[in-house]
Amino acid sequence: MEYAIEMNHIVQRFAEKEVLRGIDLKIHKGEIFGLLGPSGAGKTTLIKILTGQLDQTGGEALLLGKNTRKLQEVHQRLGMMMDQFGLYERLSCYDNLKLFTKIYDVEEKRVEKALKKTGLFEDRKCPAMKLSKGMRSRLSLARAFLAEPEVIFLDEPTTGLDPATAAEIHKLILEEQNRGATVFLTTHNMEEAYKLCNHVALLNEGSIVEYGEPEEVCRRYNHQKKLLIRLYDGKQLELPNDRKAAETVKEYLEEERLETIHSTEPSLETVFMELTGRRFE
Amino acid sequence: MIKHIAAVFWKQIKDTLKNKETLIQFVMFPVMAMIMEKAIKVDGLPSGYFANMFSAMYVGMAPLVSVAAVIAEEKEKNTLRVLMMSGVKPVEYLLGVGSYIWFACIAGALVLGMAGNYRGKGLAVFLGVMAVGILTSLLIGAAIGTLSRNQMMATSLMVPVMLIFAFLPMLANFNETIKKAARFAYSQQVGVLLGQIGTLDRFHVSFENTMVIGMNMIIALLVFRYAYRRSGLA
Ligand SMILES: Nc1ncnc2c1ncn2[C@@H]1O[C@H](COP(=O)(O)OP(=O)(O)OP(=O)(O)O)[C@@H](O)[C@H]1O
Ligand SMILES: [Mg+2]
Repeated sequence: MEYAIEMNHIVQRFAEKEVLRGIDLKIHKGEIFGLLGPSGAGKTTLIKILTGQLDQTGGEALLLGKNTRKLQEVHQRLGMMMDQFGLYERLSCYDNLKLFTKIYDVEEKRVEKALKKTGLFEDRKCPAMKLSKGMRSRLSLARAFLAEPEVIFLDEPTTGLDPATAAEIHKLILEEQNRGATVFLTTHNMEEAYKLCNHVALLNEGSIVEYGEPEEVCRRYNHQKKLLIRLYDGKQLELPNDRKAAETVKEYLEEERLETIHSTEPSLETVFMELTGRRFE
Repeated sequence: MIKHIAAVFWKQIKDTLKNKETLIQFVMFPVMAMIMEKAIKVDGLPSGYFANMFSAMYVGMAPLVSVAAVIAEEKEKNTLRVLMMSGVKPVEYLLGVGSYIWFACIAGALVLGMAGNYRGKGLAVFLGVMAVGILTSLLIGAAIGTLSRNQMMATSLMVPVMLIFAFLPMLANFNETIKKAARFAYSQQVGVLLGQIGTLDRFHVSFENTMVIGMNMIIALLVFRYAYRRSGLA
């Protein structure tokens, strides 16, 4: 089995509203997969279906080879962090994790290790309700990783966090991948998707409108092909990215007037703005 | 199975120790009964009168309110979903929470029994009656918790139910009409049974006692089943 998750034409309707309109995706084992899409696109809904929390209207999905409509026995092999963290507010960080070592029937020693890894060891006695947003994310992440699951679902793991905290979380996610886990995450942050994911898919209005490696997706939309040039005197120029520009660029270089030069490859952000016609929140 | 139940049980102990509102539920009536029994001596009032009255109220209130509140909070905070997603089955969860609250309430009942000066066989019968009453109350609380989407809904459902069960037995002492209606409440039947313990050799469980308590349990289970079928536990 080479795929961790397989989706076959998943459809989800809520009353009249068709939220997912036939999703076909395959997530490779051991990869970090990023599901991108504007707010309300149906990302959380898809995660709920894949984790067996929601029975989809149509289509089938396999998680580790098991039909997601009847997921049992795979719970141990599954870690997740939903958009609502689901922490026990009055329990300490330590106890929040200890509870799950009991449920997963793994050694309590893992709690200390997990707290140290996520930088929460100093605050281990602090009740969850007194934690900052970043700390809550990290605690929730520590819990998702506790059973060393094979597949991890992370619904917006870094939304609302400062760049430094987000970077720490990226590091933790990469560590899980190195351990061999498959990670399925959703995000609004294109830079994050670009850096972290092996494959990304863009979900818009219930359909997958783009799929591929982040770089490949960006390149596919590189139809502008321009060079942006800035000179020391503050002047900015846009040149076509071809032979004709070579002379001009050479001149500026020889005259030592060239301050910066950029090619305008689209970022994931511009690609997705083009595809969705709106800006990400 | 047992490990999951034990884990939920452990979580509940930890949580109660940090949760003053639930703690008050468990200790308020036993403490009040102690004080009343010590402070108020009226001629002709049978021994254990206040203890019995508070015990019936306790049975109508504490288990019901705590179970419903715990389930509703876990739903609202999404922790119940996390438990289910970690492989805890609904029945394991309910047994964990239920058994914990049952034991906590039995501890409260022990205090109530001592307040009522029950000893030996009397105390055993008292605890037996309380155990059944607490179980009924637990089932009603579980039904309310499962029915509610969040804490607010749980509160608005449990307050009237709790008021009926907790106060009917007391009000029944003062009004014949209320007394007739109260017969259909398990808490009233618990009160009636407790009232017989003073004259232990004449203690017996009547058909009406069994029927009413049994019916209350069955109704709670039916409501629970309806709520559970509709939307599951989480
Ligand atoms: N239980 C439900 N009943 C009815 N509609 C729902 C339900 N759950 C989700 N929806 C609708 O489905 C759509 C997709 O929601 P979803 O939460 O999956 O979006 P999302 O991509 O996760 O958005 P965000 O980025 O804001 O988290 C929304 O329009 C939402 O209103
Ligand atoms: Mg979402």
